[in-house]
Amino acid sequence: MNFSEVFKLSSLLCKFSPDGKYLASCAQYRLVVRDANTLQVLQLYTCLDQIQHAEWSADSRFILCAMYRRGLVQVWSLEQPEWHCRIDEGSAGLVASCWSPDGRHILNTTEFHLRITVWSLCTKSVSYIKYPKACQQGISFTRDGRYLALAERRDCKDHVSIFVCSDWQLLRHFDTETQDLAGIEWAPNGCVLAVWDTCLEYKVLLYSLDGRLLSAYCAYEWSLGVKSVAWSPSSQFLAVGSYDGKVRILNHVTWKMITEFGHPATVTNPRIVVYKEAEKNPQLALGRLAFPPPRAAACTASSTESKYEIASVPVSLQTLKPIADRANPKVGIGALAFSPDNYFLATRNDSVPNAVWIWDIQKLKLFVVLEQLSPVRSFQWDPQQPRLAICTGGNKVYLWSPAGCVSVQVPGEGDFQVLSLCWHFSGDSLALLSKDHFCLCFLETEERAGTAFGRPGDHT
Amino acid sequence: MGEWMTVTDPHLSSESKNICQYTSETKMSPSSLYSQQVLCSSIPLSKNVHSFFSAFCTEENIEQSISYLDQELTTFGFPSLYEESKGKDTKRELNIVAVLNCMNELLVLQRKNLLAQENVETQNLKLGSDMDHLQNCYAKLKEQLETSRREMIGLQERDRQLQCKNRNLHQLLKNEKDEVQKLQNIIASRATQYNHDMKRKEREYNKLKERLHQLVMNKKDKKIAMEVLNYVGRADGKRGSWRTGKTEARNEDEMYKILLNDYEYRQKQILMENAELKKVLQQMKKEMISLLSPQKQKPRERADDSTGTVISDAEEDAGELSRESMWDLSCETVREQLTNSIRKQWRILKSHVEKLDNQVSKVHLEGFNDEDVISRQDHEQETEKLELEIQQCKEMIKTQQQLLQQLATACDDDTTSLLRDCYLLEEKERLKEEWSLFKEQKKNFEKERRSFTEAAIRLGLERKAFEEERASWLKQQFLNMTTFDHQNSENMKLFSAFSGSSDRDSLTVHSRPRQKKPHGVSNGSLVCASKLTKSLPASPSTSDFCQTRSCASEHSSISVLNITPEETKPNQVGGEGTSQKWSMASGPASQEGCYSGCSLTHTNSHVEKDDLP
Repeated sequence: MNFSEVFKLSSLLCKFSPDGKYLASCAQYRLVVRDANTLQVLQLYTCLDQIQHAEWSADSRFILCAMYRRGLVQVWSLEQPEWHCRIDEGSAGLVASCWSPDGRHILNTTEFHLRITVWSLCTKSVSYIKYPKACQQGISFTRDGRYLALAERRDCKDHVSIFVCSDWQLLRHFDTETQDLAGIEWAPNGCVLAVWDTCLEYKVLLYSLDGRLLSAYCAYEWSLGVKSVAWSPSSQFLAVGSYDGKVRILNHVTWKMITEFGHPATVTNPRIVVYKEAEKNPQLALGRLAFPPPRAAACTASSTESKYEIASVPVSLQTLKPIADRANPKVGIGALAFSPDNYFLATRNDSVPNAVWIWDIQKLKLFVVLEQLSPVRSFQWDPQQPRLAICTGGNKVYLWSPAGCVSVQVPGEGDFQVLSLCWHFSGDSLALLSKDHFCLCFLETEERAGTAFGRPGDHT
Repeated sequence: MGEWMTVTDPHLSSESKNICQYTSETKMSPSSLYSQQVLCSSIPLSKNVHSFFSAFCTEENIEQSISYLDQELTTFGFPSLYEESKGKDTKRELNIVAVLNCMNELLVLQRKNLLAQENVETQNLKLGSDMDHLQNCYAKLKEQLETSRREMIGLQERDRQLQCKNRNLHQLLKNEKDEVQKLQNIIASRATQYNHDMKRKEREYNKLKERLHQLVMNKKDKKIAMEVLNYVGRADGKRGSWRTGKTEARNEDEMYKILLNDYEYRQKQILMENAELKKVLQQMKKEMISLLSPQKQKPRERADDSTGTVISDAEEDAGELSRESMWDLSCETVREQLTNSIRKQWRILKSHVEKLDNQVSKVHLEGFNDEDVISRQDHEQETEKLELEIQQCKEMIKTQQQLLQQLATACDDDTTSLLRDCYLLEEKERLKEEWSLFKEQKKNFEKERRSFTEAAIRLGLERKAFEEERASWLKQQFLNMTTFDHQNSENMKLFSAFSGSSDRDSLTVHSRPRQKKPHGVSNGSLVCASKLTKSLPASPSTSDFCQTRSCASEHSSISVLNITPEETKPNQVGGEGTSQKWSMASGPASQEGCYSGCSLTHTNSHVEKDDLP
């Protein structure tokens, strides 16, 4: 594992291009595009104000930089540095901006969600979509980029409109049986749309592409409901995390629940491996030299390192008592993600903030629990293999794979607090983002690692 | 009288121990009448009688007392003391025998009475103790009764209290229920109110939004605009199409196509899964049949009905097996058949297994008693033995430890050296391993070095050849120097550049400026070369080239050495040929022209290659 030097960054805006060749990062009002491998600066664009949002087009040819405060969007071309495009939303204001999947249209949401303006980079045409709903996740494109589903609110009722992205024609429009729709998401195969209600009511609705209601699911009533939703990459499962600290998995044939994953605070089953992060004294650094490279270990020998220990069951995890009289209580499943090969599901229960649960989807059982020293900020699966990267806001990045897990300290002077991370799509590198810096972490593949360090230990 | 006493005394003494005092006294004074009389008084008779008795008979009143006694006795039913009178006038005589008999009888009676009295007394005692006991019992029971009564009262009290509590709780529950109802009502009303308010607010909000929309959007806001340098092409390269009914229909079509594809895909998956499951079922069935059929041979001989049908089933199934392809066609019927047959087989298997289980348990039960006892005994024996062994082992270990300690204390140095030795052995082993590893690495290194030296030698050889060529070249140049002084210097530069890199590009770059130079000879060569190269692809006679090349081998142009890429070789050869021809035509003077020609062929070849496809 090697780390690049540290570069400047603002508002955690650092993104790999979809084709994996480039890396765009924003520092105040500058947009820097680097080569993803060599990190050479390829282009440098200057925007009119501090960039608040940046996004690559799907074909990696354009980058959109949104400055919400000014109601401005600037688009840059990677191939033609002199080309520029500026979209001004004027007094209507701007709260969100995103690309359409063809990379030739930009969808701008005006303030107060008055409308969505669809600007075209090919023609002078501008389309408007009225009544978009202000909610957690109101826009969803299908994976193939053909359709857009949009949550709308008209006459105090929730609706969903499905548009054809090629010409922004309305394909279907139907009202949903929700009190206050909170989010929509397409299944990866683009045929089923999951719609969930606000947290006050547990309701998950599944609609077909042609607007038919396939199924409605409600686990319980009179309590806080859905908190997070995730489709498995095969579209076979829909995982619904709720405020009762459980994940329910629905199947794609009957849309009924297959299983329920509770997140108990104590792990008693001896088959479950519990990795516990423990501080390590520098003197005793000989314990685990296998995975972290010697270079990194040498660099960071001075500061406190940590390692994973396998805790013996029963293990009781640190739980947080939620404050009942505050909004957004820290309970329920706040994050969940399927591994790209569908084999694993990683979840985080907000009332046990230090732990990441990893479930085996083949056996529908809890597989591994990782308990960190500090609350888990975010985690993301390697796009190519079942490997999970976790960050906790400290100066370490944690990697888990079925073979084991490892904690790696980010080298360099000063404290590099990893607040977020994102994988390169090849899974070879990982961008680690702190408040105002970022660096790249290059992971060696197995064979390369083998040749790089001919460890004597390997031969015995 | 004294005689009687002696007779009766032992009798009495033997009679009971209660009157032991009496007997002892009789023994003390056996012949004293008085004492006997006193003794009589000691017998529980009234003192009055005794005193009366003592005063009863005196010398004077014998007759009277006798008659009195006679009277008394006769009244009690004894025979008269007097002899029966023979004559009326004669005085009645005292009958001694009768008196004695009476006496004896009285004594017997007395004895009986005493016995009875004794019995009564013991009974009395018994009854007294019984009475005591019963009284105790009574007291106890009374106490118990009292305590239980008290307990009962306590329990009753508690019961009452609990009932009271229960009532209170019921009341509370009722209150709570009421409260809940009330709260629910409140919640419901609030919810409706909230919803109502929300709707109202939302409507207002929508109105405001609408208004804002009008205000913001209808102002013809010049700011709302997009500045683009130039519009870019669509990602798919097509042009945008007009929105018409057709596009709408097409969109619908496409959507349904996608949906259909998805459903088809899913159906295929399900079919595959079904087929696999069927296969498993089929296999299971086969195996069951094969498993069950040998056992059925015997029952069939017994002409068992159920098994008979099963066998026919099995045969039927065997027939079915041949029609495997049918399954995919008619699902329902086949499914039914399959499941039915499987179910049947399964039932048979189950019953069979149960039977077997029963048998096993029976066998177990039969052999259970004695076997079990024996095994238990064995077990105990075994455990004892094992325990003994453990004890022994422990002792052994202890002694060994002691010995070891002794040894350690006695000859510390030896042991440490021993230990060290064993560590050393381990280390040695490890070192050996490492050594072998190092050796391997060394071998590898040596191999590499050898290859390197070989390569270096080769390089040296090549360099030598090259130097030779260069020398010949220089010689030529030296010869030419007198005529083309200026050009030569240029050539030298070029040459050095040429030899330095084998890059084609550099070659062309370097040679281009030379082309531009207005130089008659070079121009001519240019034309010539271009002509030649143009004609080159057409002329297939490579033998010519070979010839020319062999001719030119003496002059061996550097370009051959330097330009390695294979694809350019034919052209290269051509270029070489031209240069050679040219040089032959215009004398050995201008090599430069040759270069330009050569380079030109390169460029030309590029162009041609581009055009070719």
